Amino acid sequence: LGATFLLFLLLLLLLLIQKHMIVQPLLSGFFQCGRHVERAHKLSHYRLFPKSLGQVISKFSVRELHISLTQGYWRTMQWGQPYQPSPPGAELWVWFQDSVTDVDGTWSELTNVLSGIFCASLNFDSINSIQPSASFKPLGIGNVTDHRFLRYATLPRETVCTENLTPWKKLLPCGSKAGLAVLLKSEKLFHSSFHSQAVHIRPVCQDAQCATTSWELRQTLNVVFDLYVSGQGKREWSLFKMFSRTLTEACPLASSSKIYVDVSDNSEVLTAQAVVLGDRRTFSVYDLTQKSTFGTTSSLNLLIRWKSSDAHMLRPLLHAERYVAGYRLQSGEIHTLMYNNHPYRSFPVLLLDLVPWYLRLYIHTLSVTSKGKTNRPSYIHYEPSKDRVKPHTLEMLVQLPPNSVTEVTVHFDRILLKWTEYPPDPNHGFYVGSSVVSSLVPSIVAMDTNATHECPLFNSFFPSKEETSYFVRLYTEPLLVNLPTPDFSMPYNVICLTCTVVAVGYGSLFNLLTRNFQIGEPRPGVAKRIANVIRKMRGVPPL
Amino acid sequence: MGLLSDPTRRRALISLLTRLNTPICAVCYMAGVAWFMGLAFEPFTLRMHMSENAMGSTMVEERFQAGERALVTAKEFGVQKNKAGGMPVDWLVKAMQDRGLEVFTQSFSRTLPFPDENKERFMVKGTNVYGILRAPRAPRTEALMLTAPCSQGNDNNQAVGMLLVLAQYFRSQVYWAKDIIFLVNEHDLIGMQAWLEGYHHTNITGMEWSPLQGRAGAIQAALSLELSSDVVTSLDIVLEGLNGQLPNLDLVNLFYAFCQKFDVLCTFQGKLQRNDWDSPSGYSHAVQTMMLMVLKQASGHSWGDHGLFLRYQVEAVTIKGINSYRQYKTTTTTVGRLLEGMYRKLNNLLERLHQSFFFYLLPSLSHFVSISYYMPAFGLLAAILLLRALNLWVELSAPPATEDGVANVEQQSSSGVLSVVTPLVISHLTGVALYTLPVHFQEMAVEHFPVSETEAVVLTAIAVYTAGLALPHNTHRFVSGEGTEQGWRVLKLVAVLYLAVLLGCTALLNFSLGFILALTLVPVAAGVTPHMPKFPTACVMVVLSPACTLLFSVFAFHELQETPLSFQDTWLLFLSVISQGILDHALYGALVFPLLAMLVYPCWLLFWNILFWK
Repeated sequence: LGATFLLFLLLLLLLLIQKHMIVQPLLSGFFQCGRHVERAHKLSHYRLFPKSLGQVISKFSVRELHISLTQGYWRTMQWGQPYQPSPPGAELWVWFQDSVTDVDGTWSELTNVLSGIFCASLNFDSINSIQPSASFKPLGIGNVTDHRFLRYATLPRETVCTENLTPWKKLLPCGSKAGLAVLLKSEKLFHSSFHSQAVHIRPVCQDAQCATTSWELRQTLNVVFDLYVSGQGKREWSLFKMFSRTLTEACPLASSSKIYVDVSDNSEVLTAQAVVLGDRRTFSVYDLTQKSTFGTTSSLNLLIRWKSSDAHMLRPLLHAERYVAGYRLQSGEIHTLMYNNHPYRSFPVLLLDLVPWYLRLYIHTLSVTSKGKTNRPSYIHYEPSKDRVKPHTLEMLVQLPPNSVTEVTVHFDRILLKWTEYPPDPNHGFYVGSSVVSSLVPSIVAMDTNATHECPLFNSFFPSKEETSYFVRLYTEPLLVNLPTPDFSMPYNVICLTCTVVAVGYGSLFNLLTRNFQIGEPRPGVAKRIANVIRKMRGVPPL
Repeated sequence: MGLLSDPTRRRALISLLTRLNTPICAVCYMAGVAWFMGLAFEPFTLRMHMSENAMGSTMVEERFQAGERALVTAKEFGVQKNKAGGMPVDWLVKAMQDRGLEVFTQSFSRTLPFPDENKERFMVKGTNVYGILRAPRAPRTEALMLTAPCSQGNDNNQAVGMLLVLAQYFRSQVYWAKDIIFLVNEHDLIGMQAWLEGYHHTNITGMEWSPLQGRAGAIQAALSLELSSDVVTSLDIVLEGLNGQLPNLDLVNLFYAFCQKFDVLCTFQGKLQRNDWDSPSGYSHAVQTMMLMVLKQASGHSWGDHGLFLRYQVEAVTIKGINSYRQYKTTTTTVGRLLEGMYRKLNNLLERLHQSFFFYLLPSLSHFVSISYYMPAFGLLAAILLLRALNLWVELSAPPATEDGVANVEQQSSSGVLSVVTPLVISHLTGVALYTLPVHFQEMAVEHFPVSETEAVVLTAIAVYTAGLALPHNTHRFVSGEGTEQGWRVLKLVAVLYLAVLLGCTALLNFSLGFILALTLVPVAAGVTPHMPKFPTACVMVVLSPACTLLFSVFAFHELQETPLSFQDTWLLFLSVISQGILDHALYGALVFPLLAMLVYPCWLLFWNILFWK
């Protein structure tokens, strides 16, 4: 019944443009990912590369830029490892060139410009941005590792909707006029369980010799459709049902435009095989640049019907979750659980936590336990927060024993904010962003790369060069933490007033109780006093 | 303040207050009681209104239709429950999984301090099953909750059936913005407590439970469902939670609004709503409803599974299906639609429920009494204690009749301190004994007397309570021979102020408990002196002591519920209420038993001590 699928859309542009799309079954969702790669020699010559982004890169001396806008949470245990990991809300991480002197200033300007480009409200400044020391390495060429030039920030509360999708679609060379992007109709895309769009820019080699570098732009879009709601429980989907559109042509600018459908469970037409995230999958490929793909009707609609109702999914080897323990408004405890489901191999993971300053972490209470024993992290990088200036950064390298749960706990105090610092909806709670778990996970499936030669682009998309392990990044759920909140309403005013009255009343009453009152002589009049002074000078007793 | 700082006018005011002290106190007492009785009078109450804008009117049509299927599922569940001889865990897991939920289980065990004879349990072991419906495109930060206890026998099968069918219906909807947790808990409150402790990863009561695997963020609101028959004639809402905590009034409004929308008869405290507020019978109906609420709130007991949520800042109510032999029948589909409507409104919440009142009394579901209206009733009673204290202070600070010199005064004051501290210490030690001995001495009592453990606990408690009356409480007879006139005044001043603070704090947290205690303890505190005739006063004091207050409350509760009890039954019920109170404290952390045993009872002993001063 819980039959659902994965649709993975891959738009690749390489010198000439190529586009790919992958469809894969999942336990309970539909997944789609769009991708678009472009290389241009110089940023002064724009043919395919969007000018708006090019100017941003050159003006702010950006080396690498990764931005993702996500609505929903990727359910690793149901859907498997994410192809394009992203946390709920907005995430942005940028490597700047060494030439940048004022990184913080450039960063805040850059985020403002990006907010404009993507119609998002990326309010990133030093209060919520950090410099991870190990978790986010540059993905392009160049070996800069000085993390002073890196900025990372997330906004867990950012909602993503049509207004963010439209500018994203406009960055595509053909817009939403032709090619795979025709399918991206927002009415259907936002009727899904998960939606994530991202833009990745990095420098890559122009050719094998790497004599010249060029910029690569990847645009990815992941969507998970819920067949339980739309398909009445049948394991069956079609492009038309999902997007209410069919494909008619490839983007004329594309050098390659393909759809990959994961047919591992009912493989009749075997066209391409690849090991994706440690799992061997079978894909059937539809090349949109070929006329024959569209047949006589000159429109392509894919309909896939599964014979069996249960889907096969490799159990994710790495899985993480997080929650807040405790219930009072004074303190609490953040628990992060990391599951290693590998039967016999242990592997290290990098855990990155970004905690806002209004939760006061007590780092001496940090404890890491697996299988009931203390697990000493081999590397810890901690930067304490400063109130109203910067957040906590906690990064650590932990070895996860095989088949175990590792629990990281740390105590915190909830701070009473100044009354102007509360947002308009203080009783909603305050968000703490997802923690990031990055790791090289050992693969269970033995590598067989024969089939992947057919599709080198595809292979480059899932970097599985190393045969024994693959890179995984996971995001835990964000936290919603209640802080002590005054009741900003009539009773609050009443309480303030009452307290004032009580304070005044108490003072007076205390005064009355502790003092002893005695009746004194009334003060003599002025004339009498002057007369007394004169009498005193004369040596006569006063009146 | 100018009035008080002028010595002559101050003296005049004080002499007025001391001269008229007794009449003023009497007037205050009567005014307090009258105010309280007047709270149920219609012009003094406020009409219910929805304060939360997010739950305001929506043009939504409820579409739930699977009422019949809920009954079929309930039957199936009943069969499985009988087959398993308890909670059919595997069946429930499968049923929830088939309905598209993420399903998890939690096992727990708890050994009670002594056997619970009402429910016949001592070693409790059980499993909770819960499924999470993940909202599409939501980041797992907020959740709503629906629970149905898996009770013994055939009770509550319909609630579980309804829960499963609702889960299935909710799963196929796309509008959810918050995850929804569906929980079937075993062993009623104990299972609920285990689940809540597991979810928040705290251990308050020393229960053993396995950690939870799946979570859904902060729970915004919860409903607990109790349906025990296929036919429902009316729905009853239960609000009173642990330690007298109440859920936000908006949740009650929501229920009432949907009852009206679907024309469902709804009751509160088992009493139907009436519209004739003006007539005397309508007024007495409202008073009775409010008194029932006051008595239930004062007990500090959780009157449904919802009561344990309130501690965790989760607003929750229990909705009970009632089948009384009325003509009017509500179909299961309507009940399902009512729940659907409530959940869709809760789903719209942007913030936790906080707009409406947390402190209120309900004379009916359509009217409420807010804290600003009912607090003066208690204030008038508490004022008596302050007036008495003022009177004693004036009497004490008046110059002593004999003027012997400085040395005598010093000696008096030192013996005075001793004569105050000794009774304070002794009565509090008695209180501690009352708190600790019953549970600790049950084994010894069972060995030596032909009683069961529960009887042993209750009888020990009563024995310690009675023994406390007979103890010599002060040492002045051994130190300075006679108790002085000034000595008892100082002690009474201390005791009166102590009681005022104690009742004041109690009333702020649990108005009902504070008010009921004030009703009986304030006359004792105000009136008692050593010069009164010993025997009749002692009788009156015993009648007004905390234990007898409890006995009267039990009696009054059943009178108001229109299930009158004979004296014999009342006594038996009184004993079981004591054991229940001790169990509530041990199992869920209810505070009424320690409050009564360690603070209120010692305070009352001080007054007892004043009566027998000489």
